[in-house]
Amino acid sequence: MPITIPSVDLNAVAPEITLSIFAMLSLLAAVFLKDNGRSINPWLALAGVAGASWFALCPDSPHVSFSGMYAADRFTQFFKIIFLLGTGLTILISVKYNEDENINHGEYYSLLLFSTVGMMLMAAAADMITIFLGLELLSISLYVLAGYTRNRLASNEAALKYFLLGGFAAGFLLYGMAMIYGATGHTDLAGIGKAVAHGGTNKLYLTFGAIMLLVGLGFKLAAVPFHQWTPDVYQGSPIPVTAFMSAGPKAAVLAVMIRMYAESISFMHVDWLVWISVLAVMTMTVGNVAALVQTDAKRMLAFSSISHAGYAMVGLAAATKDGISSVIIYMLVYTLMNIAAFGILALVARKNEARTKMQDFSGFARTNPVLAIAMTVLVFSLAGIPPMAGFMAKFYVFMSAMQAGLYWLVFAAVLNSAVGIYYYLRFTVYMYMKEPEEKMPPLTASPALLLAIVVSLIGVLIIGVAPAGYLELAGKALLSF
Amino acid sequence: MFPILSVITFIPLVGALAILFVNSKNENLIRMITLATGVVDFVVSLGIYTGFDDTTHAMQFVERAPWIPSFGAEYSMGVDGISLFMVLLTTFTCVICYLATWTAVEKNVKEFNIAMLFLQTAMVGVFCALDFVLFYVFWEMMLIPMYLLIGVWGGKRRIYATVKFFVYTMAGSVLMLLAILMLYFEYHAATGVYTFDILKYHSFAMNKTLQLWLFLCFFVAFAIKVPVWPFHTWLPDAHVEAPTAGSVILAGILLKMGTYGFLRFSLPIFPDAALSAAWWISAIAIIGIIYGALVAMVQEDVKKLVAYSSVSHLGFVVLGTFAFNLRGIEGGIMQMINHGISTGALFLLVGVLYERRHTREISEYGGITRIMPKFAVVFMIVTLSSIGLPLTNGFVGEFMILLGVFEANVWYAALASTGVILGAVYMLWMFQRVMFGEVTNEKNRTLPDLNKRELAYLAPLVFLIFLLGVYPNPVIKKMEPSVRNLVNIVAKAKAGGTGVAATPAAIKSENAVAKEVALAAENATANVGKRD
Repeated sequence: MPITIPSVDLNAVAPEITLSIFAMLSLLAAVFLKDNGRSINPWLALAGVAGASWFALCPDSPHVSFSGMYAADRFTQFFKIIFLLGTGLTILISVKYNEDENINHGEYYSLLLFSTVGMMLMAAAADMITIFLGLELLSISLYVLAGYTRNRLASNEAALKYFLLGGFAAGFLLYGMAMIYGATGHTDLAGIGKAVAHGGTNKLYLTFGAIMLLVGLGFKLAAVPFHQWTPDVYQGSPIPVTAFMSAGPKAAVLAVMIRMYAESISFMHVDWLVWISVLAVMTMTVGNVAALVQTDAKRMLAFSSISHAGYAMVGLAAATKDGISSVIIYMLVYTLMNIAAFGILALVARKNEARTKMQDFSGFARTNPVLAIAMTVLVFSLAGIPPMAGFMAKFYVFMSAMQAGLYWLVFAAVLNSAVGIYYYLRFTVYMYMKEPEEKMPPLTASPALLLAIVVSLIGVLIIGVAPAGYLELAGKALLSF
Repeated sequence: MFPILSVITFIPLVGALAILFVNSKNENLIRMITLATGVVDFVVSLGIYTGFDDTTHAMQFVERAPWIPSFGAEYSMGVDGISLFMVLLTTFTCVICYLATWTAVEKNVKEFNIAMLFLQTAMVGVFCALDFVLFYVFWEMMLIPMYLLIGVWGGKRRIYATVKFFVYTMAGSVLMLLAILMLYFEYHAATGVYTFDILKYHSFAMNKTLQLWLFLCFFVAFAIKVPVWPFHTWLPDAHVEAPTAGSVILAGILLKMGTYGFLRFSLPIFPDAALSAAWWISAIAIIGIIYGALVAMVQEDVKKLVAYSSVSHLGFVVLGTFAFNLRGIEGGIMQMINHGISTGALFLLVGVLYERRHTREISEYGGITRIMPKFAVVFMIVTLSSIGLPLTNGFVGEFMILLGVFEANVWYAALASTGVILGAVYMLWMFQRVMFGEVTNEKNRTLPDLNKRELAYLAPLVFLIFLLGVYPNPVIKKMEPSVRNLVNIVAKAKAGGTGVAATPAAIKSENAVAKEVALAAENATANVGKRD
């Protein structure tokens, strides 16, 4: 049996290669430079992100390469930009945090970059093998990152929980893939689709496989009821890592789900969309209701990120062109606003994350008026209040779901966003309306953190006020389907 | 063409941005910038009054620019005879507020002024927007500064009050958003066009069940804002805790957005539903009128009293609106303006007292007339205008509403009239306890009378009270074509789409009524005659 060696399509994977090179450079810097590369590592990683962004932004005619394993299209491109944005912002909010916590090692940045490569592979995956490869690269890096503040018990707990449950979920995913392979004889999404459309496949295997896939992906997406790990892991992980986990990986999972649906699942005789709708409602509701009663800001943001995944799934459930492009926009906006909000939380939390309670935000407007305004804009955006981008993103999601006739789903989503406002408001209540409880030395934001905040604010306001251009881009991202 | 509406909308935002760069210690400069911005904005907004063509109901000063083409959302602004006065009321009230808070707000002056200016932009935007998305954006944008105004600069229970305010309004708004989206897709299904252009929906026929549901969604959003009984419970809390400027803006402008919403959306887009819902809306409006007045009567806090009086007064506006005739709706708009002026002035006067004594308990006062004679005169005038004494603006509005309602349903008018009587009772009783009698409290003996700044911002209000009281014609004349158009839309729906023949007679009788109004207001009848 002749084996053909696939042509290496360097153009398509240039961003991944760039990131990998810089990830390794970062490791080398940690070994060979005098201060273990402490001062240079973040910037090295940032340079990697910048280089990868440059390649990712270069227009390339859509094609599938690596023997149908890797789809280099606009859709991938758009998601790559989201991931790189998320990673860039995470690096910026990590700089000062890592110095304070004394974890500014080369490995940290290296792991961040590798997990980004994993996400990119997921978004580009046209084959179940690539999906799994990307997911594992992402997950394993994240397991380490979650436990990165190794002297903090909570961080250890987070890593362990995440690892054990994550490994289990990966098992589910793989099992599902095996089932589908068994039923269709294909691992590539297009092939699966064709085989199913052709008929004669075993329906039981298919259904079972699709459910297993949904469970595995739902875990990574932190969709209810597969979210049990999320609060503890998000709370225990170092804040920048939590920020990172809450945005990019979810987008990557959604990318996988969208491509799977478009390429193959839509042909299966399973009501995948109904399940997605049900999951969406549960995810939004549980996330919001649990967030309502939290007193810890970090945990609250963790639950809020669950509910946001739910909103994004509303767009997914619509499964129309607008629905998909609304999901993309939603993840872009969510990445922008959430990471910076975590950045400010990291600043307020001070050393050892000793102060992540809501009341630690008391009087923040008095001590740091500018940052308080920034935080206000971010939380209002998270709450979905115009003229911030969060509103436009939600509006688009709701609109597209409505168009698809999912009235009850939109109704649930709308009610949920009204509930959500209550807990987001608490940030402003504490920042503006309460006096600081005790005298603390003033906080100053590092230039890197400020840069991250400024980038987010500009993005949030521009997309909020003039979203037309971004919507058009997201629309173009779907041309390949 | 000069984009005058955008300029009016965004001047305050420019002012707010300018203040962002001023050192927060330089408080007087910040106040000066705010005031100057407000004055400039008001002067510019006079341009839309003088340039307004009162022979047409079409939107004027229209601006259109593509905004989100893929949604069919446009940046489109315009005013008609209804929104014209809301814009003017906004720019006017804001100037008064900026003057009034010169000394009342001492902490975080910079943030306060930024919030106020930001709020002004959002408010003007709400009244000018002709696109659903744009409208919704401004509508929600308004919540943020108002929430902060109450929450940061408010009284003791400010956090409770402001969160309640926010959550209530938001709950209504999301329902409205849902309805907007439904409407949008319904319109697309019928015409194949995606548009958020509000005016296009004015001539859009829907099936009646859907109409009713959408009407209800909009109704809840607006009813909370007005607030119509039983959605009013956030109002007293918000008013009592808000700083004076916040109360004035809340009463003067924000509450009008609900009634404006009825006129701009509920009536013209859902005429059938509005007609079928009129009986119970009128009923709760009447309950609101009487309930608000009764509850106001027993209040011990002056501000709370005024807050409940708002519930009562706005009940009249709603009642007039849902009478669906020219007089009722015109009266409603008049009353919206009047309420903005009179209640705004009442809150300012309460603020004056509060600044001096830091209490609003009625029992703490008594005999103030002897100590503050100038204050007493202004207070008296404003109180009488709130009651609706002839010669003051309050009379014109209430009288027109009652005439309109009488035409529609005698019983409604009879019941609502009791609200007028009760209004006189609680206002005069309050006035008596605060202003007349012996000075019982020693602390009151040294209170200084109104200073020049206070006179400066109260004088225009008093002037308007009389001006609109004796000569409301310029206002009524400008709003007439728009209101007439609105009445026709509803009348057409009532007649099942072919009721054009019925309208001329109705209009005639309404003109006769208009004359009565003018006579009763002791106005020159000749001016009314010109209108025909």
